[in-house]
This record gives sequence, structure tokens and C-alpha cells, in this order.
Amino acid sequence: MREAMIVNRENLINVILAGLLLAVPFAANAFGEPFYITLATRVAILALAATGLNLALGLGGLVSFGHAAFFGLGGYVAGILASHGFSGEPLLFGFSGTNQMWVIWPVAVILAGLVGLAIGAISLRTSGVYFIMITLAFAQMVYYFAVSWPAYGGEDGLSILVRNQFPGVMTMRPMSFFLICYVVLLVSVGLFALIRASRFGSALQATRQNEVRVATVGIQPYRIRLTAFVISAMMTGLAGALFADLNRFVSPSMLSWHMSGELIVLIILGGTGRLFGPLAGAALYVAFEYALGGITERWQFFLGLILLLVVLFARGGLLGLLAGRARHG
Amino acid sequence: MTFALALEQLLNGLQLGVMLFLMAAGLTLIFGVMGLINLAHGSLYMVGAFACAVVAAWTGSFWIGLVASLACAAAAGAVVELLVIRRLYDRDHLDQVLATFALILMFSEGTRWLFGSFPLYLDIPPLLQGAVPLPGGAEYPVYRLAIIAAGAAVAFGLYMLISRTRLGMRIRAGESDREMIGALGVDIRTLYTVVFALGAALAGLAGALVGALQSVQVGMGEPVLILAFVVIVIGGIGSIKGALLGALLVGVTDTMGRFLLPKILALFVPPAQAGMIGGAAASMLIYIVMALILAVKPRGLFPAAHA
Amino acid sequence: MGDAVLEISNLAKNFGALRATDGVTLDLRPGEIHALIGPNGAGKSTLIHQICGTLRQDSGTIRFAGQDIGGLGVAQRARLGLGRTFQVSSLASDFSALRNVMLAVQARRGSSFRFFKPVMRDKGLIDTAMTILERVGLAARARVPAAELSHGERRQLEIAMALALQSKAFLLDEPMAGMGPEGSKSLTRFLDTLRHEAPILLVEHDMDAVFALADRISVLVYGRIIATGTVEEIRSDPAVRTAYLGDHA
Repeated sequence: MREAMIVNRENLINVILAGLLLAVPFAANAFGEPFYITLATRVAILALAATGLNLALGLGGLVSFGHAAFFGLGGYVAGILASHGFSGEPLLFGFSGTNQMWVIWPVAVILAGLVGLAIGAISLRTSGVYFIMITLAFAQMVYYFAVSWPAYGGEDGLSILVRNQFPGVMTMRPMSFFLICYVVLLVSVGLFALIRASRFGSALQATRQNEVRVATVGIQPYRIRLTAFVISAMMTGLAGALFADLNRFVSPSMLSWHMSGELIVLIILGGTGRLFGPLAGAALYVAFEYALGGITERWQFFLGLILLLVVLFARGGLLGLLAGRARHG
Repeated sequence: MTFALALEQLLNGLQLGVMLFLMAAGLTLIFGVMGLINLAHGSLYMVGAFACAVVAAWTGSFWIGLVASLACAAAAGAVVELLVIRRLYDRDHLDQVLATFALILMFSEGTRWLFGSFPLYLDIPPLLQGAVPLPGGAEYPVYRLAIIAAGAAVAFGLYMLISRTRLGMRIRAGESDREMIGALGVDIRTLYTVVFALGAALAGLAGALVGALQSVQVGMGEPVLILAFVVIVIGGIGSIKGALLGALLVGVTDTMGRFLLPKILALFVPPAQAGMIGGAAASMLIYIVMALILAVKPRGLFPAAHA
Repeated sequence: MGDAVLEISNLAKNFGALRATDGVTLDLRPGEIHALIGPNGAGKSTLIHQICGTLRQDSGTIRFAGQDIGGLGVAQRARLGLGRTFQVSSLASDFSALRNVMLAVQARRGSSFRFFKPVMRDKGLIDTAMTILERVGLAARARVPAAELSHGERRQLEIAMALALQSKAFLLDEPMAGMGPEGSKSLTRFLDTLRHEAPILLVEHDMDAVFALADRISVLVYGRIIATGTVEEIRSDPAVRTAYLGDHA
């Protein structure tokens, strides 16, 4: 019954993690330190983006080095719709943008899904190193497009003057916006859990372990992977829309390959394929960034060093250390 | 006049292609022999450029700087291989990507630590200053022609090294059969270190040569690295021949695309828009070419035996 | 005997100058075990790959269940009812034995594109898989990850997965390989009953098993079938004796 104990322990840690993320901003609010609310919001959004990637990478074994494309795309959807909503200039088919999140989110999700479908359809014809490099290259293509297209700020990026609205919520209040992101994160993690346990999730995880076996029972690995890649892109796209609203700014840096690398790093720091791995990783990452950034300007050097040591010597990530090896029923 | 301009752009494309080849050759060699994907290859390019700039400023000689760039990049490559990379050969690609990504962070921040955030400048050596006339009336910088010549010489040298020498024989054996080469009694660990250092030296050389055209700064290696990835994906990972053709294709396509697309579009739409759309389209052109090639040949133009 | 379930005619495949498959014609009829034997390097693996769809033939046809399958992919052929096991066990190694079989059951029974219902609460899926595991004698090991199963158990699990597909024909690639004498005997008894469910194309080196089970035997040498016949016919065929069986027979 060791297996059951490990599962329970992981559940307990997950509850604690989710509780902590909720407790930090409330405490910060009480002590009048709104900066920490912003940090917690950042954690929630990065965790959401990485949860999306975790679906492809953790469950499907698809090492996408191009998820920044979807993250940035979501960000640009929020920025562009908001800027048109503000100026009243028509965008497409007489539609002149909006500052309503409930419109922005579906647009971001669908657009990220469509681009994910196009990139995935080509990239998934290959595997291994090819897949890594091709996803990287396609994301870079989107990046250069954003840099060289001057209409929405080009290299300088695009500001969102007033944070977009959500019915019945004061989104400009840091606490309210945090709660929106927190709920979206929990819903998405729940979705991830459902998918992981479902027939589709079974097929996806089996595809990671043994592609030939999956084909031999009559399931086409390509279709399973492409579907997972698209869902993954959608989730990361949604995170991008929230991230743009958090910073009230979107720029090509959201599309850069450093961003793609960071998303992978979050998953590895937390624990690959784990339900709360991305949250653990994002919390750890933002904490590093903040703590190291406070001590030295050269924090990226030490971040690299820590990452290197984790990869070489501590492969299970934080949840692997705390909750033991992952089991698959 | 237009012909002269086109010729100039074509030469620029060749020069970019040659630089990309120096990068891609090392990447593809390292992948072919050791099965390793190395994101930090761009950092070695940067190391070469900084070494050249610093030593050239110190000694007053570009040529000593060039030698220093080769030596420093090779040494950095060997040290990194001994400390980190050799623990990654048996790991999956995800671990390799992460560890070498971590190396990039360390190299970039470390370089900023040593040299600050301001770019360094490297002058073109007196011998190669000036320009030569091109047919059609334009002039072309001697230095850029020298780069093309240097790249061609390296390509030829690499070809001779791999096809004619003992080291090359071992590299070829390592590519086709890793166990076999161990059985032949070749010290495989040393071979790997040498191959990695060789790839690093080529990257360092490219960095130094380009350093005199642009400024030498942190992060300069990353755009080149990603272009080099596109090159080897097009050429077929592990193939030197593929790297050469891929590099020339990417270099020329990118340069000519940026030159021609706005001009072609200007025939159909107003010039301001043509510049904007053409520029954006040109920046995506090589990736579109890559996608098209992969749609037909998913393993590149010259697929290696294993990948 | 009726019409053949699997019909291969004039199949050919070259690797450069090597003729790995050289005009092979072969069929599998309902209710029979058809053994395919031949020395190492005779092209048995290449032939299996072409039947399953991992390799494309250069020429010739493969018909299965009345349909030309020569142009289909691996998964499509499996869905038509071609169940195979591998020479070296090929399983989802992190998954338990149960989840491996459940994967096959889910593939057989409709769609894998269901995103919300947890499989471990899908009673129909679990019960069907457990019944099959009982049949192959693995029920007690159902919750053990495939990677931790013994060699023999992994072979049993492969067969369980082929069973779960309710295949119209089985393609078993050296199922006895690496099994002890006891394991081979019990597997032989099991395969003997399996033929009534669907015919078996059996690639096997264990001659005791082949002679005990086969209704017909085909001998493959250098990519060609040099003889097809009953056990007796093959035992006494002079060409086979010189080319392959040598002194063993």
C-alpha cells in the first residue's frame, strides 16, 4: 500500500501548495504589501502557462521549445483587442475590439489553438531533436513577425492603458485580479487532471512510453499527439492573455525563446507530468528570481547554476523530492 | 545599377550562409557523433567574439585576436564538455536542452559580469579594409569577401579532415556505430572532447569574424544559433554536406527575401505598405521554406543514418 | 477450410541490392496455426514488418479480411483486426498490466477521444481487461507496472493485449523466445486453444512447439518460401532438410 501513501502524500502537498498560493496575497493585503499580490499573480499565471505545456511535455513527452508562441499570441490578443476597443478603430468585419475578458479569453484560446494546429501538424511529423528545433524555429518566426510588424508597436510592444474588465469584478484591484487568475488556474489544473485520467490521457501517456505499442492496438499516435498539442497551446494562450493584463503591456519578449525555455524550466523544477508540478515550479522560480534578484544583479547566473544542478542531480523536481516517484495506476 | 545592388545582396547572402555553416557544422557534428543537442553553441560563438575583441584591443592585432578566439572557444568547449556535457550523453534530449539552456544563462550573465553591458568593438584589420569594384559599378567590402573565402577554406578543410585523416575516420565510425568504435580501442571519451572542442572552435571563429562587422555583445550568439538550427533541420541533422547546402540556402534566401520582397510587393500595393508587409514577410521567409522542405522530407535534405 | 483470412501474394522488398523478401506468397486460413520458420537472416522480421505495416512492400499485395491492406498504416491494420505480439516485448512500461490491456480494450471499443471520464472508474473497461488477464493467467499481477513484470509475464501480457483487440488473426513473433521449458509448455497449450478464436501466423524457433502446434509450416530461406506443407511433408522435404533443418530432424 506504499503506492496509496505516495498518492495521498502528493495530494496533501498539492492542497498545501494551492492553499499557500491563496494565503500569500491575503497576508500581503492585510500587511499592506500589494507587491506580493502581484508576485503571487505572476506565479498563478506562469503556472497556468506551464500546466498547458505540461500536457504536451509531461503527459505526451513532446518537448516543445516553442510554447512562447502561444503565450505571446494570447498576450497580443489581449493587447490588440484592448487597443482597438480603446480607440474604436475597426479591427475586422466591423468588430472594433473589446475590453471584456470574457470575449478576449475565447479569442485568445481559439487563435492559440489554430496556430497550435498549424505548427503541430508540421512539427509532429518529426520527433526527437527535430521536434525540439522545429517548434523553436516556428516560435521564432512568430517572434520576428511581431518585431517587424509596426502596427502594434513592433519591437517596443503595446501598452494596455486600462486593465480589461470582467463583469462584476474590479480588475484594477490587485486582489480581485489575483482571484480571477487563481480560479482560472484551478479550473485548468482540474481540466488537466480529468484529461490525464481519461481514455485520451491513457492513450497520450502510452504514446510517450511506447509509440509502436499504441499503433499496434489501433490508435494513431499522430492524432493523439496533435490533439494534445492543440489543447496545450490553448491553455498556454489563455495564460498569455492574463499575463498581458497583469503587466498591462505586451511585447515580443513574451514570444522569445527565453520564454519557451522558462516554461520548460518551470515544469522541470516542479516535477514533470505532476498535477501541481507547474505551480510548484512557478512558485520556486519566482521566489528564486525575487530572492536572488534582491541579493545580486547577476541572479540569472545563479539561476542557471541551480537549474544545471537540478538537471544533473535532482531529476524528479520539487514534487519528486517531497512526494516520491510518480505512479501510473 | 539594380544588377549591382542584387549582386551585392547575393554576396551578403553568401557571407551570411558561410557564417551559418561554421555554426551549423559544429552543431551537426556534435549531434552526429555524440547524439547531443547543444543550445549553448551560441555562447561559444560569443566567447570567440569577446576573446578576439579583447585580445585585439590589448595587442593591437586582429590576427592575434583571431587566434585567441579559436583557442578560447576551443578551451571553453573542452572545459564545458569535461564538466557538464559528458554527463548528458546518456540522458534524453529534454535533459540536454535544459542543461545547455542553463549554460546559456551562465555564459551570458558571466560575460556581462566580466565585461559589463556595453558592447565592445572590433576593427577590421588594415589588410582587409577597403572595397573592390563589382561588375555593374558598385563596390564591395574586401573584408566580407575574405569571410566568404575563409568559410570556403574551412568547409574544404573540414571535408579533408573527415574524409582523409585518422581523426576523421574515427568521427565517421562514431557516427555510424558507437559501440563499434569503442570495440576498435579508440578512447571514446577523448574523441568526444576533441569533437566538442572542434565544434566550439568553429563557432568561436564565426563569432570573431562577424564581430568585426557588428558589435560584440552578450546575446549575439542566440539569433545565429536559431538560424543554425533551421540550417541543420533543413540539411538533415548529422550531415555536414546538408549543413553546407542548408546554410547557403538559408543565408541567400533570407538576404534576398529582405531585398526583393518589398520591391516585388511595391508593384501591387503602395510603397509604404509594401515595405511593411514585405519586411514582415521576409522575416518569416526562411521558416516557411523550412516548413515546406519538412512537409516533403521530414528528416531534411540529407537524412543521416540515425537521428 | 473456407477463404483465407490473410493472403499474401508475390510480396517483394529490397534493401539496396539485398532481396529481403523475394516474391513471397502465403495464406492463413480460418482455424489454423500456420508456422513460419527459417534460419536467422532469412527475412522473417522484414516479412512481419510488411504485414503489420511498419515497412512498405516494393511490390505484391497483402489482403486481410477481404480487403487490400498494402497501403494502410499500422494503426489502421490493427483496427481491422490484425493482432500482433513482438519478438522483444513492447509495452507501455510505466503502466500496470491492467492499464496496458485496458488501452487495447479502449482502442477496440470505440474512441480514445474521450476527455473527461476517468478510465479507472470505467467499470466496463476494467472488467473486460480483468477477464482477459485471468484468461492468460496474469490476474494476480494486474496492478504491477509492466516494467516490473518477469520476461515470461510480459510475453503473456502481449498476448492478452492481442486478445483484447478481438483480432481476426494473430501474428505472433517468437512468443516462446526466452521462456523456460515450463513456460513454453503452458504457452503451447494456450496457443492450441487460441486457434479456435482466430487463426495464428506463428514465427518461432522452438521446433518442439512448432511441430506440436502447426497445421501447416512454411519455410523461408533468403527471402523465399522454399516449401509449404503439413508437419510430415516438411519433415520429409529434402530441400528443407538440406537448406534448414539439417541434422535436427
